[in-house]
Amino acid sequence: MIRVLLFAHLQESVGESMLEVRGDIQSVGTLKEWLAEHYPLPGIRQVMTAVNEAYATDETALQSGDTVAFIPPVSGG
Amino acid sequence: MDKECYCVTEAPIPVDQVICRVQARDTGAITTFIGTVREWTKGRRTLYLEYQAYIPMAVRMLKQIGDEIKERWPGTETAITHRIGRLEIGEAAVVIAVSSSHRKAAYDANAFAIERIKEMVPIWKKEHWEDGETWIGNQAGNIAYPDRQPFSKGS
Repeated sequence: MIRVLLFAHLQESVGESMLEVRGDIQSVGTLKEWLAEHYPLPGIRQVMTAVNEAYATDETALQSGDTVAFIPPVSGG
Repeated sequence: MDKECYCVTEAPIPVDQVICRVQARDTGAITTFIGTVREWTKGRRTLYLEYQAYIPMAVRMLKQIGDEIKERWPGTETAITHRIGRLEIGEAAVVIAVSSSHRKAAYDANAFAIERIKEMVPIWKKEHWEDGETWIGNQAGNIAYPDRQPFSKGS
């Protein structure tokens, strides 16, 4: 199981701050494809991603127990 | 010490405490930056702001900024607290304190810290305007995405 965290407008689009994804997800890239098919997240392929609190790429491998956060462009400060 | 130096909180930021954390016996200068909630932006009125964070990663990234500062300006100490939740006009959203032996490093490092926060710390601001609401969405924090297509290439 992979835990997916959503923030800002992504959270509002889906109506959830956290999703649990089961199935054959091998990388950040395949997770994005899966989410784009199942949720109203049309721009998810372009958004920055963090795996276990560190910035990652689409090629980053995933395994059960990982936490994947989608990080829209930030606006703190 | 790191835990206290890099914080994300829902409570009003105790500015004095942030400053105290960087004070040391060889400190000759402390610069403090306070980012506050502005009412008017290009003729548009803000009623209040709402900040959201990916808290554990945000704290980790704030600490990383502190490490980067230490490497660039040896001998400095940095403390950063960012507030989240609902903030009213005039309230402090972020407080950055940097100490150094001499003032130039403290000024330069403090300016560096706020730029880095706007680039890479997972914190998001939602503007509640007089006439609507918008998540602010680019890395400099000044371009909005009212159509909810906030994804820019390469970000």
